[in-house]
Amino acid sequence: MKGWMGKFKSVFLLSLLALVLAGCGKENLTALVPKGYGAESSMNLIILSSIIMLFVFVIVFLVYVITLVRFRKKKGQENFIPKQVEGNKTLETVWTVIPIILVLVLAVPTVAATFDLADTSKSKDGINIDVTGNQYWWHFSYAGEEIQTSQDLYIPTGEKVYLNMQSSDVIHSLWVPSISGKMDVNPENVNTMYIEAKEEGVYWGKCAELCGPSHSLMDFKVIAVSPEEYDQWVEDMQGVDPEAQPQDAVAQDGKAAFEENNCMSCHAIGSSPNAVGPNLTNFGDRSRIAGILEPTKEKLVNWIMDPESIKPGNKMTNNYPELSKEEASNIAEYLLQLQPSEITPESAGN
Amino acid sequence: MSIAAAQKKGFGAVIWDYLTTVDHKKIAHLYLFGGGFFFLLGGLEALFIRIQLIKPENDFLSAGLYNEMITMHGTTMIFLAAMPLLLGIMNAIMPLQIGARDVAFPFLNSLGFWLFMFGGVLLNCSWFLGGAPDAGWTAYTPLSTTSPGHGVDFYILGLQISGAGTLMGGINFLVTIVTMRAPGMTYMRMPLFTWTTFVTSVLILFAFPALTVGLFLLMFDRMFGSAFFEVSLGGNAVIWQHLFWIFGHPEVYILILPAFGVFSDIFATFSKKRLFGYTAMVFATILIAFLGFMVWAHHMFTVGLGPVANAIFAIATMAIAVPTGIKIFNWLATMWGGSITINSAMLWSLAFIPSFTIGGMTGVMLASAVADYQYHDSYFVVAHFHYVIVGGVVFGILAALHYWWPKMFGKILNEALGKLSFWLFFIGFHLTFFIQHFLGLMGMPRRYWVFLEDQGLDIGNLVSTIGALLMGVGGLLFVINIIYTSVKGEKAPADPWDGRTLEWAIPSPPPFYNFKQTPLVRGLDPLWIEKTEGKGEMTAAEPLGDIHMPDGSILPFIMSLGFFIAGFGFIYQVDQKAWLVAVFAGMGIALACMLIRSLKDYHGFHITKEELEREAD
Ligand code: HEC
Ligand SMILES: [Cu+2]
Repeated sequence: MKGWMGKFKSVFLLSLLALVLAGCGKENLTALVPKGYGAESSMNLIILSSIIMLFVFVIVFLVYVITLVRFRKKKGQENFIPKQVEGNKTLETVWTVIPIILVLVLAVPTVAATFDLADTSKSKDGINIDVTGNQYWWHFSYAGEEIQTSQDLYIPTGEKVYLNMQSSDVIHSLWVPSISGKMDVNPENVNTMYIEAKEEGVYWGKCAELCGPSHSLMDFKVIAVSPEEYDQWVEDMQGVDPEAQPQDAVAQDGKAAFEENNCMSCHAIGSSPNAVGPNLTNFGDRSRIAGILEPTKEKLVNWIMDPESIKPGNKMTNNYPELSKEEASNIAEYLLQLQPSEITPESAGN
Repeated sequence: MSIAAAQKKGFGAVIWDYLTTVDHKKIAHLYLFGGGFFFLLGGLEALFIRIQLIKPENDFLSAGLYNEMITMHGTTMIFLAAMPLLLGIMNAIMPLQIGARDVAFPFLNSLGFWLFMFGGVLLNCSWFLGGAPDAGWTAYTPLSTTSPGHGVDFYILGLQISGAGTLMGGINFLVTIVTMRAPGMTYMRMPLFTWTTFVTSVLILFAFPALTVGLFLLMFDRMFGSAFFEVSLGGNAVIWQHLFWIFGHPEVYILILPAFGVFSDIFATFSKKRLFGYTAMVFATILIAFLGFMVWAHHMFTVGLGPVANAIFAIATMAIAVPTGIKIFNWLATMWGGSITINSAMLWSLAFIPSFTIGGMTGVMLASAVADYQYHDSYFVVAHFHYVIVGGVVFGILAALHYWWPKMFGKILNEALGKLSFWLFFIGFHLTFFIQHFLGLMGMPRRYWVFLEDQGLDIGNLVSTIGALLMGVGGLLFVINIIYTSVKGEKAPADPWDGRTLEWAIPSPPPFYNFKQTPLVRGLDPLWIEKTEGKGEMTAAEPLGDIHMPDGSILPFIMSLGFFIAGFGFIYQVDQKAWLVAVFAGMGIALACMLIRSLKDYHGFHITKEELEREAD
């Protein structure tokens, strides 16, 4: 009997927990379960302001309900004429002064946090990454380390990472809700923000400023790993030889096809700064293809054959010769073998 | 002239009458009809958006079409639905509330309407001519300057033309209120709706020029090779955002303040009490309007303006909560101790209080800059501004329509249908938008054509879509109510609600000269004073005499048509220089109309004393 009760209790508690968690959205995407410095800072203010506002709402609502119940016209009162009150100095002062105080309670921590999150004075000592927003993908250039990568942003946990962001076309906005609030990526100036992940994991990033038809498909990932793993990853990336021949014949054919079909004019492998299209150095490690597709060979072939059907308006469509299914499949094989590091989204996800 | 009288004339004659009218009451009908039409259109677009988002990775709309849909939904609702509906109500009621026979510039009034209408039609022509604008209603550069096709060009010209109309409306109302108040109607005796019309007009006067300038720059960039927003040529893309929001934030108050005025009048009337804290209400309105110009950059917290700008604009924005709070409490205090009647007009007003309080509070939450880094451009913002604009403005418009329908059309809207449509719309509204606060915080950015599977966003979006459908049904029932009422509705007496202000002192609908004799105003709520302390009706401030009325004119219509033609010319001369002919022809027509108007004498006509006396019998 007791065992049954206990079971029931734990199931009940678990499902309650699941419900609450589901209510907060998907972990590592939702802003409601912050896992980074900026997101926590925002969350503190969200909670503080919610409490203040709830307090005000409850008062307004109480007065409202009482008024409606008490003063609704009753039967037999059809000709009752209420007293015509002009106003009341004390009352009016009260509901002017109290909101001022409430606003001040919110304003002070807001200003403090605003200055705190904008403080990039120590950026020289930290890791600096140049971020370029493109229709509809993200490029990351690790200036100090001479690493170029796209779509997956690797950072060490527990450390401030400075993102120097600029757009190559229209305005984008970089948002990793679980780690940090967003900042716009403008074409005309470099905006710097810092992010700091508190836990290892793969975090969803989104573009938050309308940038064209595939705006909603401009996802990317932040891959937060331990500082040691991060150093390892940097070393692995730096050791990549872009010229290296793949092992098997299919992939070798793929490499040849990749070189023959104009892919190289946009896609770099290695630390070349060419970034017309995503850098593919560690493409085989990517968590998603083009930011959104599961990294399977079949999906990749689809992408290479017809990117337009997947991301409308993208800048790759129609800029390379038509490929046969076989060529595409060979290229896919080659690209998926580009796995320079043991440190991958999968290893970080665990 | 009443509708019934108009119906006795032939159909063609009625159309001609409306094309040429300069009567503020008929222009109000036109505004309500035009705004109502665009409101239904914008609502339809909203439903398409919500159907697309009913499930993850839906393919009901294509990506490009979806962006056109959101752009047109926003643009239509703000510029072509909410604004004209409010201008219509102001036109119908404000002159009556101050005891005037018309607005100061009847000709300009008609021109303002036709410019709005032709601008709106021009904008919507884009649907059939290669695609609507797709850069969002905010048209951020460089997305808008580089958007292919002519969609954004239609946006620019359409808004430029209709914006000119709005500006004229604003100036007209200002002059009307300053110069045409009945004897005794001092500023501090004006009904709150007149006050908010006044303040709104000031806002229009100062805010719209920023939009006009922005649109011109955008037009030069897109059509004539300039580079104001082109970064590679030394331009600045962010400056557009400043121009847009210097207009755009006051625009929010242009919409909400008249609604505040409506609620103030309605709460007082149906509580049978004088508005509590009248002076505070007036000054709160002015303060909100003033602060409204100081806060535009809170739409730009994530642009990278730096902590100083963000902090200043955060605090300025929070400050607006104070006068807004004063208003909420004064409305509650107005009802407190009153004798409250709850009918459809009052239902919409009562629903406003909690709904708008939520919208206002999320506004304060958004003002907290660092928290806004999370909210910005997410569904949280979408939820916030729909709480303000639907819960505030749309509820206000619907309350005003139910309240003043008898005055405007001589019939009382059906109560049963009114209540039913209210409940459906109200429940649908909260179902649609409340959950969006959470969707935003759960990581759903706004303007997303699709959301991916397995991101925990499915249920929220489904609920939201169901709510939207309910709102749709509610809105449709309101339209049915209008049709039903115009066929079968009961005729309204002059003063169906035991009103307090001047508009209730004259017949429903009023004769085309409004007041046979200009009334004498003895205090705030003049009619109420006469009913409780006087002889039950207004005292005349002048002896019965001839009334001078302005002539109707077709010129405003033709002039607007000219601008409409020129608009097409501007859009297509980019492709083919031959279209410059349309520019010159259109501008020529407009200029010719101005010339005729300037050179020809319009004497107007007199209604003689004898005619007025005869009408009395
Ligand atoms: C004109 C430049 C250009 C050419 C040529 C081009 N691409 Fe791309 N490619 C892009 C762009 C831009 C993207 C990013 C698309 C997006 O996500 O919006 C992309 C994305 C990709 C991706 C996904 C990358 C990632 O990080 O997820 C792959 C794989 C790819 N391209 C393969 C190819 C292959 C194979 C070829 C040659 C057959 C090719 N591309 C030719 C520009 C180009
Ligand atoms: Cu983007």
